[in-house]
Amino acid sequence: MSAPENLPGIDNGLLRFLTCGSVDDGKSTLIGRLLFDTKTILADTLSAIEKTSARRGLSAVDLSLLTDGLQAEREQGITIDVAYRYFSTGTRKYIIADAPGHEQYTRNMVTAASTANLAIILIDARKGVQTQTRRHSYLAHLVGIPHLLVAVNKMDLVDYDQATFERIRSDYLAFAHRLGIPEVDFIPISALNGDMVVERGNHMNWYAGPTLLDILETTPAAHTEQPENFRFPVQYVCRPQDSANPELHDYRGFMGRVESGEIAVGDAVTVLPSGRTSTVKAIQVGGLDQPHAIHEQSVTLLLADEIDISRGDMIVKSAEAPKVVKQLDATLCWLSETPLSTARSYVLRHTTREAKAKVAGIGHRVDVNTLEHEAATALDMNDIARVSLRLAQPVFIDPYADNRATGAFILIDESTNNTVGAGMIL
Amino acid sequence: MSTLTRQVLSHLDWLEAEAIHILREVAGQCANPVLLFSGGKDSICLLRLAEKAFRPGRFPFPLMHIDTGHNYPEVTQFRDRRAAELGERLIVRSVEDSMARGTVVLKHPGESRNKHQSVTLLEAIEEFGFDACIGGARRDEEKARAKERIMSFRDEFGQWDPKNQRPELWNLYNARSHKGENIRAFPISNWTELDVWQYIQREQLELPSIYFAHLRPVVRKNGLLQPVTALTPAAPDDRVEEVRVRFRTVGDITCTAPVESDADTVDKILLETATTTITERGATRMDDQTSEASMEQRKKEGYF
Repeated sequence: MSAPENLPGIDNGLLRFLTCGSVDDGKSTLIGRLLFDTKTILADTLSAIEKTSARRGLSAVDLSLLTDGLQAEREQGITIDVAYRYFSTGTRKYIIADAPGHEQYTRNMVTAASTANLAIILIDARKGVQTQTRRHSYLAHLVGIPHLLVAVNKMDLVDYDQATFERIRSDYLAFAHRLGIPEVDFIPISALNGDMVVERGNHMNWYAGPTLLDILETTPAAHTEQPENFRFPVQYVCRPQDSANPELHDYRGFMGRVESGEIAVGDAVTVLPSGRTSTVKAIQVGGLDQPHAIHEQSVTLLLADEIDISRGDMIVKSAEAPKVVKQLDATLCWLSETPLSTARSYVLRHTTREAKAKVAGIGHRVDVNTLEHEAATALDMNDIARVSLRLAQPVFIDPYADNRATGAFILIDESTNNTVGAGMIL
Repeated sequence: MSTLTRQVLSHLDWLEAEAIHILREVAGQCANPVLLFSGGKDSICLLRLAEKAFRPGRFPFPLMHIDTGHNYPEVTQFRDRRAAELGERLIVRSVEDSMARGTVVLKHPGESRNKHQSVTLLEAIEEFGFDACIGGARRDEEKARAKERIMSFRDEFGQWDPKNQRPELWNLYNARSHKGENIRAFPISNWTELDVWQYIQREQLELPSIYFAHLRPVVRKNGLLQPVTALTPAAPDDRVEEVRVRFRTVGDITCTAPVESDADTVDKILLETATTTITERGATRMDDQTSEASMEQRKKEGYF
């Protein structure tokens, strides 16, 4: 394990991961352990939580105090909202999304999962697979997290017993297969004592696999290893029209982020919704040219032909066009305390594009505890359902399973401007 | 793709790309945004990111500083020079003007004006009709910030309601607001102090001189080094020392303390930052130490 003082010789990118589990599973302790053993927790933070632990009459330092940021959370001893934590190993930077485990906070878990590439699902070794384990796994899978890591925690409380670990593993795999989760890693840990988190410890020599941090260090940082189609939603159009600089007079830069795939100067592109075609004349960042751009880069594209393009349009490679639709089927997670109304229209935000939308029908609702489908006519907060939507303007979509960026949308309630729904296109 | 393992961005390139995307979303979604520029290192990074996001065009927003009147002159001079070099419009609004109007009332003349910036900021938002303020706050700075959205909604009183935040999924940012309400946008939310210094090094960004080690008269108090200035004179029984120090964060003179350091270059600061044992705000901010929730309290009142 290299502490941050070894400044990066290689940069292995950035991995965003999610931790799911309840306070009782030792989730906060695990995060505290990761931060502590990678020397991310600094002296004054540690002394502050030592003081608080002592004031509450605790015998040991409560590492979970690190992650409870809001006054109400400290008062009630629960986690309300997603908290983001950062650490670095010198070769890779990590962003942890720490999602609350309580049932009523399903929406927070979906929020945290939406940007994660790996989920750590914690199981208490004494309790084994629980209802909430199934719920977390279902949600992580639903939101398309490509790597699931099941950490069987509190091994110290079951005498580091291998048979217990193996039993939990086979229980988990049985239901993971039913859900269609293809690949899962398993690891036995004691977050409290640190075994198999950053250090191997000496209690579980029967386990020959990598430590939890080893897995984090070697998990691909890209969302998928498969080639993806080029998708470039236009965020902003740059027309400097600087009278002092005639060179800029005809400058039209289309600014955005490469949401998937890659693009090079000379590639043939199509602009949606107009369907007009052109070729890429230049790719720039900050006005400087570069020959190509890859997934997740924010760049400016200049095209060979003068085409009217504005925010909300999408530039794609001509050979890889997405579907252009005015109605779609999706899995919708309802996020608002005000129930979904099929009589009302909402604003659908898809990439940089907005369209008025109505929920034309609710298929089935999924009970996240039993994973059973049930008939539904309304959706309340934290409900997940299959719905069909009708749109006033077309959007350019891929199935969420193929493309996280062009398969996702949010619904906005115009009266409050609140984000009320999160959708994944089927 | 020709190779099996996909090419991925380095962590700094990824953070940069994310920040540019957020800046462009503010420009694309909001009618009248403003970028808060103090001359501090985080907002200096924001300016470089804005150049990368919008050049060769002009920034689609002016710059604004809420001046407490208690800033180090090196920093305000730098602020003015940098804005002029970029050719962008700089608005300065002063807490002292709010005091003259009677909207800021100090408990005593020596009180830190830091938290009173909220009042002046809200007045400036109203004066110009800004619907979004872009700021350089980071989630690693403080516990309450760790839970704040990248596009953070404030009501018509400028208040942040931490228990009622808009869900923020994927990179689908919702920067909508009604008239009188406001969005605070934080493009470098996901950066740490180390990331900021690495970016300053890579981009060779110029900083105000007080970020680098220099000799300064200070008094040691409550584990902090309190600079001796005209605003913060030594008490009769204080022992004043000349110490080699640098500032890790730059704010109101009355509440920002330097740290002992020999680091007089960005490279040396990076090394110190990577091996430090105390957090940025813990080492330097007297205003965060008053209670466990002091930042959350200030933010609820409209602070950044």
